[in-house]
Amino acid sequence: MAMLDFEKKYRVRGGTLLGGDLFDFWVGPFYVGFFGVVGAFFTILGTVLIIYGAAIGPTWNLWQINIAPPDLSYGLALAPMAEGGLWQIITICAIGSFGCWALREVEISRKLGMGLHVPFAFSVAIFAYVSLVVIRPVLMGAWGHGFPYGIMSHLDWVSNVGYQYLHFHYNPAHMIAVSFFFTTSLALALHGALVLSATNPGKGKAVKTAEHENAFFRDAIGYSIGPLGIHRLGLFLALAAVFFSAVCIVISGPFWTAGWPEWWTWWLDLPVWGKGYELG
Amino acid sequence: MIEYQNIFTRTQIHGPPDMGGGAAPEAAGVWPRGDNAYSSSLLGRIGDAQIGPFWLGGWGVAAIATGVAWFVIVGLNMLASVNWDVIEFIRQLFWLSLDPPAPKYGLSFPPMAEGGWFLVASTFLLISVICWWIRLYTRAVDLGMGTHIAWAFASAIWLFLVLGLIRPLLMGSWSEAVPYGIFSHLDWTAAFSIRYGNLFYNPFHMLSIVFLYGSALLFAMHGATILAVSRFGGEREIEQIVDRGTASERAALFWRWTMGFNATMESIHRWAWWFAVLVTLTGGIGILLTGTVVDNWYLWGVKHGIAPPYPDASTLGDPGMGGN
Repeated sequence: MAMLDFEKKYRVRGGTLLGGDLFDFWVGPFYVGFFGVVGAFFTILGTVLIIYGAAIGPTWNLWQINIAPPDLSYGLALAPMAEGGLWQIITICAIGSFGCWALREVEISRKLGMGLHVPFAFSVAIFAYVSLVVIRPVLMGAWGHGFPYGIMSHLDWVSNVGYQYLHFHYNPAHMIAVSFFFTTSLALALHGALVLSATNPGKGKAVKTAEHENAFFRDAIGYSIGPLGIHRLGLFLALAAVFFSAVCIVISGPFWTAGWPEWWTWWLDLPVWGKGYELG
Repeated sequence: MIEYQNIFTRTQIHGPPDMGGGAAPEAAGVWPRGDNAYSSSLLGRIGDAQIGPFWLGGWGVAAIATGVAWFVIVGLNMLASVNWDVIEFIRQLFWLSLDPPAPKYGLSFPPMAEGGWFLVASTFLLISVICWWIRLYTRAVDLGMGTHIAWAFASAIWLFLVLGLIRPLLMGSWSEAVPYGIFSHLDWTAAFSIRYGNLFYNPFHMLSIVFLYGSALLFAMHGATILAVSRFGGEREIEQIVDRGTASERAALFWRWTMGFNATMESIHRWAWWFAVLVTLTGGIGILLTGTVVDNWYLWGVKHGIAPPYPDASTLGDPGMGGN
């Protein structure tokens, strides 16, 4: 069952970025390719090191397993394995694995004659991950500012780092990111529901058309962005959410060290308010 | 190497506007579609160039009127809080707030200036949201379509009802409701989390965030996939659902070859609907349980083994003395 009934004619060699027809084949439903092999190396090594880190750690409780970055005292140096070195190698493996996954998506896109939107979108997510575990720690001068690998430990990290800046909701980039996340979810609900409502109008009724979709949204809010535009909008909203998430954490520490509520005083102090409106 | 990625529409044809036509009757309304529709080339670069026509029925009028009433009451209360000084109103806008009544009033009706206006405004907002739901539901039925949008909206209304009505009723006080204001609702959220032992340990909060991030992931995957096969007409999703073409096949194979699994042109929209709907559905459950059933999510997490307990204070050394 590895192949769908229409799949055979699409399984052609070629379209690779590197290595010619080396590894240019499929295993079950998966395309392999050069980046599949290199990516598998990083993935397997990283996963094994996570399991090893759990084994030398205090617990097998899935929620509490934690692979922590090195202590701040190591700065940007390499740390001993059990003291955060594992975290450093796992981070390298993760970046290698994500990068290979994106490049493998490029090869698959080229094989299928598709645009490169998916690997581009994924690279924005990789950028967000790299800002969290490389860019910000480097800007702050210690790998210890990285993000721990563990279910509860990463939540604790988010909570603790947030409170280091007193109240993270006041971070303007965080505000924009959260707004984009909520808007993405709203737009996804509307798009998914609109297509389902046109194709599933109820028992015995004919499937509706894109013109019905337009009529519904024009009636409801006066504008229908259309079947092509909604996918541009959805992609933009999702990537903007991820991009501003990366911005909001990179500016916290390297570019702003006080509480985020304080940041807003520039607005209260603007000269446009005139005399008598100075702060305090 | 550089090839067309269909980020913007390059060639636009501006014909007579599509007024809905016989395929999608408008039904009687307060403001029928009429013939007012415009065209914007700038908008056409990204989406459909046509703006309008707009249709307004009785439920829409009711929704907008009550929504405006909520907005105006909140605005006037904020303006009153800065002694009707318009410059201060603009300057402090993000800090201003219309707050719910103090806890001492419980579920009784307080004086207008001490939360009475908050309850009046909230009532208008509730009516507005319900009327808008009816508008979306009846519009879909009148156009002969399914009511999926209305039911997705109902999931958002569920979270809204939990926050502003159901949980305050269960807690026995309107003071539990969320204030109307930019910073004040953020303050409410932070205080709520701290009061109940950190909401990150709330499993329904975890689920809600998973579906929120999952929604962004799904829309990035879906939007990018459809744009990538738009050269084969992939954005004509309804046609692709009822009569699969090469765009659907390539889109499906892309994900099959990438991750070993693929949706279909129809099922991806079911994934989308459920992910988005579950954000507010699980979020509402998480809020509803907080303070009513669970008082401290951290201690709840310790009890159920997901969080480690704090170390015993007597075993801790002083970090300043070289201990750990």
